[in-house]
Amino acid sequence: MYSRISARALARVIPSQAVKASPALATSSRTFATSAMSLDAKKKERVKVHFPGALDSHFSQVLEIREKMEPIDTFRVMDTDGKVLDSSLEPKVTEEFATKIYKDMLTLNVMDLILYEAQRQGRISFYMTNAGEEAYIGSAAALDAEDEIFGQYREAGTLLYRGFTLDQFMNQCYSNDMDLGKGRQMPVHYGSKALHFQTISSPLATQLPQASGAAYAIKRSGRKNCVMCYFGEGAASEGDFHAALNIAATTSAPVIFFCRNNGFAISTPASEQYKGDGIASRGVGYGMHTIRVDGNDVWAVYKATQEARKIAVEQHKPVLIEAMTYRVGHHSTSDDSSAYRSKKEVEDWKRHDNPMVRMRKWLESKGWWDESRENAHKSTQRTAVLKAFAAAEKRKKPQVSEMFNDVYDKLTPNLLEQKKELEELIKKYPEHYDTSNYAKEN
Amino acid sequence: MSSMLKKAAVVSIPTVRQALIRSNPVLANALLAKRSYNSKGGVEMTVRDALNSALEEEMIADEKVYLLGEEVGQYNGAYKVSKGLLDKFGPKRVIDTPITESGFCGLAVGSAFAGLKPVCEFMTWNFAMQAIDQIVNSAAKTHYMSGGNVDCPITFRGPNGAASGVAAQHSQCFAAWYGSVPGLKVVSPWNSEDAKGLLKAAIRDPNPVVVLENELMYGISFPMSEAALSKDFVVEIGKAKIEKEGSDITIVAHSRSVGFALEAAELLEKQGVCKAEVINLRSIRPLDIDTIIKSVKKTNRLVTVEGGWPQYGVGSEICAQIMESEAFDHLDAPVVRVTGADIPTPYAANLESFAFPDTEVIARVVQRTLNKKIGA
Repeated sequence: MYSRISARALARVIPSQAVKASPALATSSRTFATSAMSLDAKKKERVKVHFPGALDSHFSQVLEIREKMEPIDTFRVMDTDGKVLDSSLEPKVTEEFATKIYKDMLTLNVMDLILYEAQRQGRISFYMTNAGEEAYIGSAAALDAEDEIFGQYREAGTLLYRGFTLDQFMNQCYSNDMDLGKGRQMPVHYGSKALHFQTISSPLATQLPQASGAAYAIKRSGRKNCVMCYFGEGAASEGDFHAALNIAATTSAPVIFFCRNNGFAISTPASEQYKGDGIASRGVGYGMHTIRVDGNDVWAVYKATQEARKIAVEQHKPVLIEAMTYRVGHHSTSDDSSAYRSKKEVEDWKRHDNPMVRMRKWLESKGWWDESRENAHKSTQRTAVLKAFAAAEKRKKPQVSEMFNDVYDKLTPNLLEQKKELEELIKKYPEHYDTSNYAKEN
Repeated sequence: MSSMLKKAAVVSIPTVRQALIRSNPVLANALLAKRSYNSKGGVEMTVRDALNSALEEEMIADEKVYLLGEEVGQYNGAYKVSKGLLDKFGPKRVIDTPITESGFCGLAVGSAFAGLKPVCEFMTWNFAMQAIDQIVNSAAKTHYMSGGNVDCPITFRGPNGAASGVAAQHSQCFAAWYGSVPGLKVVSPWNSEDAKGLLKAAIRDPNPVVVLENELMYGISFPMSEAALSKDFVVEIGKAKIEKEGSDITIVAHSRSVGFALEAAELLEKQGVCKAEVINLRSIRPLDIDTIIKSVKKTNRLVTVEGGWPQYGVGSEICAQIMESEAFDHLDAPVVRVTGADIPTPYAANLESFAFPDTEVIARVVQRTLNKKIGA
């Protein structure tokens, strides 16, 4: 690939004929700079620089101004009809494994639909759907259950894959007394220590350098694991993205940076977000192994993550994966995407390149899925989600005292004072402080 | 209103001390260091060495403790606080980072989430503004927002406050900034015992702790008690220390200002003006307001001293909490704040010296407060 990059740069400084005549020379545009010597002699003559800042560069007498590199290819396994394009890439997986991935994608859809509606009805305050990007579950399937996940916010499917229960999802969205986060976060800010899923943090991109740090900790511990860090192409414009990639590269941290490039950062299209060749081109710039993959192709995502994980765990090196996809849903319930893109565009994506359809067709070609299984799974999951939903809605909110816990490991004097004051107020003015909706204090 | 604004008008000639610090900071440190108010003992140690021994002892005691920051390893730290640690512990535990505060700070926070105990050095606290989101939004809040599931045992440290001749962007106090954030603990050591004991306590604390050191104090020696030399020595976070007992007025200070407050108290006592009680705050958050209340109930007068800006500062917070406490009824005069001037720190040496409190200003304010009476 490198030679192709140079060939293009070359084309601007030399007659195109020369390039065509000798593509083998493409790795060195400098050879054309002067004249008469044989090209072989010229090649031998190439002198490496001695500067500490770019050890692999050679001196050249050609002033080269690069504008573009050869775009990085997008790896895919299946076409949009779920047909494997190269039989050597046929996934060697069991029926159980493959159907679990698809079932989780379906369940995620069902859950998103119900919780999105719940937000619209004012029953929860906020929600974010995964529609169009479900194939990222393929990345979760390629990880070890003890690899640490640092998510952005649209990765509920990875948690689902790891066994986060519908009750746990609903309890978090309802911030009730069973919520693992004790009701302290907005909906979809899930976290689970048991499932190695770091609690979601709202500020954009802060999880990226943190993922490098967690990876450094894993490397030090000698565990054969890595960190998986998800983010969007919009977040990659934040300073923390650049800081994280550079520091992961320099500390040789076993972390996979997984960019869900879904085309939109809320309303800002990717075309206005950056000018380079997507996010992947930046990985190479940081001296990092880099993969671009069709993010609507479960098996491509799965395979890419598998390979990335090997590099991270075995070589202790960071890897950047850019998964190209399209956000079919609105950014969040606070967004109406019809303001910045046509409904037709969204419908076209749904129809022509749908990760659900591609996976389903692949499963059907194996004889592992059909209409009746589809309907049965959807219907049981709908019942299960609604049951968990109703149960979570009925539960009380966390104990009032939880307001003060966990600011520190122990309550400090000012917290104790505030807590006491509140207890006294509640006791003195029960008519103004109705606590009947909160769980009883222990 | 801050007394500092008046200082500029009143003091026209820099004091001998300021002239000395300006012309020869090393000599000044050596001379000024002779005065000391803490533990009696034979061994003297600079604040720098006290911090260094705190780091070394905690790194020996706990494999999970590691140090990272710009130039902390090969170069031994911009201010030599980490001297020798790379040789002793190797590059796995003393990490030189690229120049990206948000990057290495974020990395440190993430490694703390994953079970390590990082000591994240900022070359100065001024540069930590590049990383303040990681400190405030991630380190301070994640334990709470994760429902107590994710710990963040991290220490952020570096020099804070005004230094000498480095102008506005390198001379400011962040005590009020970090002191306002629930989830952070904030300490501000003055002498070598404070420095060692508070840094060790910070590293051992399961919560994120901000350690605000002072560059101008690094080279100053103080006696160390036998207890302070022990590897088990820690100073409890959240407790102030009465450096000098007195009966007539309370002076509360933190960091370098504690030294000036003690000098002022000594001066006034020699002149037979008053016996001032001097409290070294040590912790900014949690704030040991009880010790101040107790002292004010005894002395009935209070002056606060700090190098930071007046508005919304540490002194302002103390004033407010005293007004809200039973100590208010014991006050014979209004509380006065002595602070840095309400301006970006000037570069010009003469103007810079006007911008921060010193012994003379504190002594004058104390005398003025003694002469005032509420309602009079």
